[in-house]
Amino acid sequence: MKPFTYERAGSPAEAAAAAARRPEAKFIAGGTNLLDLMKLQIETPAHLIDVNGLKLDTIEPTQEGGLRIGALVRNTDLAADERVRRDYGVLSRALLAGASGQLRNRATTAGNLLQRTRCPYFYDTNMACNKRRPGSGCSAIGGINRQHAVVGASEACIATHPSDMAVAMRVLDASIETVKPQGATRTISIAELHRLPGDTPNVETVLEAGELITAVTLPRPVGGSQQYRKVRDRASYAFALVSVAAIVQPDGSGRVALGGVAHKPWRLDAADAEMPRGAKAVAGKLFADAKPTEHNAFKLPLAERALASVLADARG
Amino acid sequence: MASPPQQELRRRSMIAAAATTAAIGTVPAALAQSSAETPPEAAKATTLKVSFTVNGKPRDLELDPRTTLLDALREGMNLTGTKKGCDHGQCGACTVLLDGRRINSCLTLAVMHPGADITTVEGLGTPDRLHPMQAAFVKHDGYQCGYCTPGQICSAVAVLAEIEAGIPSHVTTDLNAKPQLTGAELRERMSGNICRCGAYSNIVDAITEVAGSKA
Repeated sequence: MKPFTYERAGSPAEAAAAAARRPEAKFIAGGTNLLDLMKLQIETPAHLIDVNGLKLDTIEPTQEGGLRIGALVRNTDLAADERVRRDYGVLSRALLAGASGQLRNRATTAGNLLQRTRCPYFYDTNMACNKRRPGSGCSAIGGINRQHAVVGASEACIATHPSDMAVAMRVLDASIETVKPQGATRTISIAELHRLPGDTPNVETVLEAGELITAVTLPRPVGGSQQYRKVRDRASYAFALVSVAAIVQPDGSGRVALGGVAHKPWRLDAADAEMPRGAKAVAGKLFADAKPTEHNAFKLPLAERALASVLADARG
Repeated sequence: MASPPQQELRRRSMIAAAATTAAIGTVPAALAQSSAETPPEAAKATTLKVSFTVNGKPRDLELDPRTTLLDALREGMNLTGTKKGCDHGQCGACTVLLDGRRINSCLTLAVMHPGADITTVEGLGTPDRLHPMQAAFVKHDGYQCGYCTPGQICSAVAVLAEIEAGIPSHVTTDLNAKPQLTGAELRERMSGNICRCGAYSNIVDAITEVAGSKA
């Protein structure tokens, strides 16, 4: 690791102020992704602001009948929360499909949203990567890109977002609460949080420098059959090739978001509208603009079949 | 008077050190994964103090902030039972219990844990008084080379506590029911501990025996 200085913040305002003082700083919470990247010198922050003492680790009901999840709630605790298991099953399922027990015990709600891609060319500092070194090119395009994005990618980057949790948050219409370095707060919809790569794949979210996520809010429960289906190369502890987060209502209507196919959780209104007509119709909309590569074209039929399986299960 | 070279870290205290410091103190720079590119002028060291409990014993350490909990245990406290496998959170050899919960000690900084209660494999049992999980691994031959074993055992102890606490897993059929103690549950929950010798079936047997004796 490159050397860094370290401080602990005691409140969100303190953390924001620290970030304002040290624009090159990174927040550290669980650290399970950041420290991995720091060891590889993919991330080289000169300063770390430890936010673990911010007391943002509770899950509270909202006035609207939803849940407000503190940014520091660990993945294990969120997945195991009785209200989440009962009313937001797709979220519990997605969390439990990700990482390992050890990692889920440390990884936080906010950190999970902000984790970086596992594109092997991003991880290999000898390779060109516009995300890691803007302007250097993309080794994944034309490389071995079986794991990469099939839709929403660009000439600059075909990486995917690795999170399972974020896919469930997307289908649940979660909102992200933040505080900026100067102290202003705002709410960002999960749909807006992550950016498509475009020509700046290094800019992954709409968060400003030093902006800190304080909570993720879920709207009131929508019921239905809630499912998360993850397809991967081994049965556990692997990132998704494709994943499907779906909420299916008794009348056949519903919502669906895909993981493993794009730079962000992939959900389209036009695809949701096709839910009563089945997986083929939904996949047709989700992949209308798909540009798969030779290696990852399998993801299109795989996602459609995973969705068909989910819909069959939802019908019981 | 010049400020002391080693400052106590308090909440809000900012360590006013150059970004390019090399390390001295309990853990040498090389162990904190210092880059060979660190310029020589960065010889001024800043270490941080942190105090926590390891296996019931209070420990006060002064560390380069880059020191992982794993390196602090192995190199700073000579607790070499906890193993370094991949050092990237992929193998589970470094699993320890932090305030009763299993974590990868390679993916957290020691200075992030003031006041914590840490248990390593050395704290579970001793050669004369084995923890039931240690005894079961011996009985069922739950290893071959043994390198992953301390992590497997720490993880297994935590897995049983997690099932007891009602924490669901990826293979739990009903999210709203108490998880069952099945082979499928144990295999899923232990997936963060890799055994390259492939002792998995014996590991499941060992954990199953301990779980059964508790029931």
